[in-house]
Amino acid sequence: MPKRKNKPISTQSDWTFELIERYDKEIGRVAAHYGLDCYRHILEIINAEQMMDAYASVGMPVNYHHWSFGKHFLATETGYRRGQMGLAYEIVINSDPCIAYLMEENTMMMQALVIAHAAYGHNSFFKGNYLFRTWTSADSIIDYMVFARNYIAECEERYGEEEVERLLDSCHALLNIGVDRYKRPPKLSLRKEKERQREREEYLQTQVNQLWRTLPSHEKADKDEPQTTTRFPPEPEENLLYFFEKNAPLLEPWQREVVRIVRKVGQYFLPQRQTQLMNEGWASFWHYTLLNHLYEEGLLSDGFMIEFLQSHTNVLYQPAYNSPHYGGINPYALGFAMWRDVRRICEDPTAEDREWFPEIAGSDWRETLDFAMHNFKDESFIAQYLSPRLMREFRLFAVVDDDRRSNIVVDAIHDDQGYRMLRQRLSDQYNLGNREPNIQIWNVDIKGDRSLTLRHFHHQRRPLGETRDQMLAHIASLWGFPVRLEEQDEQGHVKLVKEIVVERRRARS
Amino acid sequence: MTGVRIVDRRFDSKNKSAVNRARFIRRFKTQISKAVAEAISKRGIADMDNGEKIGIPAKDISEPQFRFGKGGVRHDVLTGNDQYHAGDELERAGEGSGRGGSQASNDSATHEDDFAFHLSREEFLNIFFEDLALPHLVKTQLARIEEFKRVRAGYTQSGVPTNINVVRSMRGAAGRRIAVGSPWRRAVKEMEERLEQLENCGDGDCEEAQHLRREIGRLLKRIEKVPFIDTFDLRFNNRIRIPAPSTQAVMFCLMDVSGSMDEEKKQAAKRFFMLLYLFLRRTYRHIDVVFIRHHTQAFEVDEDEFFHSRESGGTVVSSALELMQKIVRERYSSSAWNIYGAQASDGENWDSDSPRCREILGGQIMPYVQYYAYIEITAVEPQNLWHEYEEVAAAWPGRFAMQRIAGLPDIYPVFHELFRKQLVAVA
Repeated sequence: MPKRKNKPISTQSDWTFELIERYDKEIGRVAAHYGLDCYRHILEIINAEQMMDAYASVGMPVNYHHWSFGKHFLATETGYRRGQMGLAYEIVINSDPCIAYLMEENTMMMQALVIAHAAYGHNSFFKGNYLFRTWTSADSIIDYMVFARNYIAECEERYGEEEVERLLDSCHALLNIGVDRYKRPPKLSLRKEKERQREREEYLQTQVNQLWRTLPSHEKADKDEPQTTTRFPPEPEENLLYFFEKNAPLLEPWQREVVRIVRKVGQYFLPQRQTQLMNEGWASFWHYTLLNHLYEEGLLSDGFMIEFLQSHTNVLYQPAYNSPHYGGINPYALGFAMWRDVRRICEDPTAEDREWFPEIAGSDWRETLDFAMHNFKDESFIAQYLSPRLMREFRLFAVVDDDRRSNIVVDAIHDDQGYRMLRQRLSDQYNLGNREPNIQIWNVDIKGDRSLTLRHFHHQRRPLGETRDQMLAHIASLWGFPVRLEEQDEQGHVKLVKEIVVERRRARS
Repeated sequence: MTGVRIVDRRFDSKNKSAVNRARFIRRFKTQISKAVAEAISKRGIADMDNGEKIGIPAKDISEPQFRFGKGGVRHDVLTGNDQYHAGDELERAGEGSGRGGSQASNDSATHEDDFAFHLSREEFLNIFFEDLALPHLVKTQLARIEEFKRVRAGYTQSGVPTNINVVRSMRGAAGRRIAVGSPWRRAVKEMEERLEQLENCGDGDCEEAQHLRREIGRLLKRIEKVPFIDTFDLRFNNRIRIPAPSTQAVMFCLMDVSGSMDEEKKQAAKRFFMLLYLFLRRTYRHIDVVFIRHHTQAFEVDEDEFFHSRESGGTVVSSALELMQKIVRERYSSSAWNIYGAQASDGENWDSDSPRCREILGGQIMPYVQYYAYIEITAVEPQNLWHEYEEVAAAWPGRFAMQRIAGLPDIYPVFHELFRKQLVAVA
């Protein structure tokens, strides 16, 4: 242990620019000591109102205008003014250089905490994790947002605010299915394969019937080539926004561009949704590690540490299932615990750890953590690294709520029989593909009425929620022709659930 | 190692979200207006000057996404197990099987609260007054164009002599003289040095020295000829005219404080006056309020006394009207004042006085005021004052309004009625 020979950097709670610079320098030094690889960063001092602004525009320093951001602002402001919530300590922008906001009202300790958490923790995650590397371009996002804002402002000027607003509403509704996710086609068997084939034939037949019914004048032409009706798109498409951008027949070029902007922004935020637990855990792990290191060097006072630990434990609080404060698993808490646990497995493995994690037990913890940070997302990270010890510590248990049974069943707890199942369940829970309904574009009747057929692939028989009809209306307004929604259950049965006919086509096409 | 970049953004524009906020309000105007109206009917008008917390139905403003509904198989992993073993069964909480019991069910009952938020004072009043406007704002409208005020706006190169800015002009002239003369001065300096050299060597009379002297003399003359001041140097104070709206109004509050006006009626009247005041304050920058209370005699009083002290006795309404007329003549006779009158009473008056009220009001007050509103706070049949005023209303359509109200809940509708936007173009 290093001797506590240094003098604390500061003892008062007010911050100054000089102190921030000094803390940043020391934190940066220790981060480099641990080998954290970060983008350069900028610290921006803002006030509470600006923090609310940043909140409202989903953390972007620049964003286009839309009422929904105003709504978020009002919600944040109301909560803040009435003291129901504090503002988050930090907003950090995945850009190069990385931008971290420091709020004016915070104490010096909080500023240092945010610097360690955001400017070094999140920052290194953004730079290292494969999803961020693949899907986001940190060096150009701000420029792109500037372009987006200007472009949309121009559209508003030219085509009217409300016209643009309607379009954005529809695009925002599809934001979560405007991204490429993993598909999970149902397992095929011979029986199912035959069913599907029949289905396809029936499908073709209905197509023909459809044509006959709706467009009798084409009867002759269709008779000439009755069997060759082409499927469009050839493969079901899961990225609805992409599909509309490329294929919606009535959209004007500017509308396609707006769809594209929303899609791009959605894609940019996808990695954040996929790695929330890892990312928050990582940042918390590093602020904890870095500040403790400084404390051991004597650069932080006892008062600083007590204040720090208080806010640290507040953020990482995990209530139990039967607590009135329970709101699911706190990603900060579990994430932080997992990274700490991985380090523990490396440095001080037990026999159980050696059995479960032979490849990392006793390895160099920095390398192991870096590897995990680079190559995983929440679901795979849990599947790979959640240890029995941690499951016991959190006293995890899995329940299944099947509406065909009268009771909820506990089907795994933190014991030898339950570990693997529990881990799989938790991993599934972090799979976005399970959390959101799987809806894909199945077909477009390109020769007939141009109607669009969506198919909802059932997972665990879970139906769509009450937003379904609103959503279909949004889709219909983008597509401009009738939209149908079908459901396919896990046995492959398909049924039509809803059809929407668009009454009014857009004036200009 | 270079230090980290720290940017202080605290003084950057704060209202980045103002546009989005305004758009939210525009988009949900219908719901918000309704909520505002409800808020007003429920709360005291006295609180109106603050912003208002209002709620609108959350489902109206939801941003839909595809979501799972109830049903099917749901898996969940929970923390803090304190009693369960694998295979344990728990009853569903709340709805569904409906037998209550364990809390383990994670079925979040989705009850949709209102989306509550805080409107600023400005936003609140804007919505409140949205479709209201005092009729005959003609004066104000015209004043906005006719009355200008002159404000300074830097300097120009042309103007009238009275506007010359001496300091600026002289500074310009000095600069020009330095700039124009400097090449010659430099040449003179060089030549003088050379001349001195020659003189020191004893060659003061040689050809070159004489030439230098002539040349120096010539240049000095040229330097002198640089004009001390040139038209080019002149700078004039620039003043521009910007429209200055006539933003003064005076509001007369007349109230009957005779014994028959009880506390409740006074409160109703108070709200009526406050609403008018708020509305005027939004239209005019400066408002004088004159409080006149009367029983058999009228007095000008301050606000506190106006509402709170109690008198008794009979009622002579004309006394108040006469006092108002007198005050207008003395203090607000200029055309710069927009005059508004608001009168509240319980309708009682000495019979012989009522015709006189009509005469004063119709003949001497109405020609000067923008608008005059009269409310009668009573539940009984209208009496003679009301009938007399009806004649005034007929004579001054659109500028004189009268309403009868029964209790507090009627106030807002009355107000709305009184000041409903008049679509009629007024000459």
